[in-house]
Amino acid sequence: MHEMSLAAGVLQLVEETAVREGAQQVKLVVLEIGRLSSVEPEALRFCFAAVTHGTIAQDAALEIIDIPGAGTCLACGATVPMTEQWGECPACGGSFLQPNAGTEMRVREIEIE
Amino acid sequence: MCTVCGCGAGETKIEGEGHAHEHVHADGTVHSHAHGHDHDHHHAHGAAAAAAHEHSHHHADGTVHSHPHVHQGEHVHEHAHAHGIGGDLDFGAGPARAHAPGLSQSRMVQIEQDILAKNNTYADANRRAFDERGIFALNLVSSPGSGKTTLLVKTIELLRDKVAIAVVEGDQQTSNDAERIRATGVPALQINTGKGCHLDGHMVGHAIERLKPADGSLFLIENVGNLVCPAAFDLGEHHKVAILSVTEGEDKPLKYPDMFRAADVMLLNKCDLLPHLDFDADLAEANARRVNPDLTVFRVSATRGEGMSAWVDWITAGLVAQGARRAESVDALKARIAELERQLAAR
Repeated sequence: MHEMSLAAGVLQLVEETAVREGAQQVKLVVLEIGRLSSVEPEALRFCFAAVTHGTIAQDAALEIIDIPGAGTCLACGATVPMTEQWGECPACGGSFLQPNAGTEMRVREIEIE
Repeated sequence: MCTVCGCGAGETKIEGEGHAHEHVHADGTVHSHAHGHDHDHHHAHGAAAAAAHEHSHHHADGTVHSHPHVHQGEHVHEHAHAHGIGGDLDFGAGPARAHAPGLSQSRMVQIEQDILAKNNTYADANRRAFDERGIFALNLVSSPGSGKTTLLVKTIELLRDKVAIAVVEGDQQTSNDAERIRATGVPALQINTGKGCHLDGHMVGHAIERLKPADGSLFLIENVGNLVCPAAFDLGEHHKVAILSVTEGEDKPLKYPDMFRAADVMLLNKCDLLPHLDFDADLAEANARRVNPDLTVFRVSATRGEGMSAWVDWITAGLVAQGARRAESVDALKARIAELERQLAAR
């Protein structure tokens, strides 16, 4: 996916909250990014630093909480780890996996002062 | 801005909403002026307990409209940390997990919001509006050139005598597609997204207000031709329908899995060309099902009409189910009113 604009989306949420809270500065931004969300965390870090330059979130630390992918095999019902949005069940070999974790793209919290 | 690919916003044009006129006077003077049409536009999103705020939009032509929003799930928790004299000193449990000396004014504010939360609020409102009126809404997505508009025209021709239909056409520029749809006799609204690469929930909310679809009607949204970004943007539709044509590659569902996962239906279009191509339709279908096992697939040829009856039957079934759901909710409301009246009478 296109992390530059995703970073801009994060900044929008952060700025709205910071203004509402009367903050002077944003010091930390905590995101939850699932491994199945098509987001490249390193690219996101780079872009976040770029888009926050000159804003209330300039120099804010970025903490990305990595959420592993997991899903349920529709054939055998096993809960299995997933590295892509689709794949084969390691237990029964079935190819129908329903992801139920790892698709998150959320702003969890920010630290302001 | 699109949070998926970074395409611009602010150049969206909905047909009839704000336009410039140029006048040429007899003496040769030319002057142009822009008209804006005020549009009152209220969204009620979510539970009343949620945080509400009002905001204004300033359009380029000076028109201002404001609308209150209630965002569900946008709960803000604050917990301030005091590290002063008299308070407990606990550096290990500091909110930033890495506290530096002297920075005691800081506090954590929980946001707990999806990066795409704004769009989803609009989409939920659209879906409620559809459900309340028994409208069946579909969002058609594909690469450019897969035959979406031709498919829409043929679908409309097969259904227009049975059900009221309204169409939203999304393209970066031109109103060519809306004109093609209007030629079939059904109302269509063109949304030009300008730099944007997808329709969003807010644009479709405006389109619903403008088109005023009839109760129990079919609402068709032709998204911008793009297999990436529209996957992430819920418009309030009941199903995304992905269209793959046989002149593309069989592995497209594997290359763009997000879209084929988000869709409930895949139409394999231009099947009349199969005898002339190396395209393996079974492989394309199998690839799509690897990504999304629940996918319903129809093989069609919009130009020749093959396979279209199964697709049209699927839409008809959706309309019937939507009508039944509405009747159920009306019945449930009537029962609730009767129960409340009974309780009042008993007092």
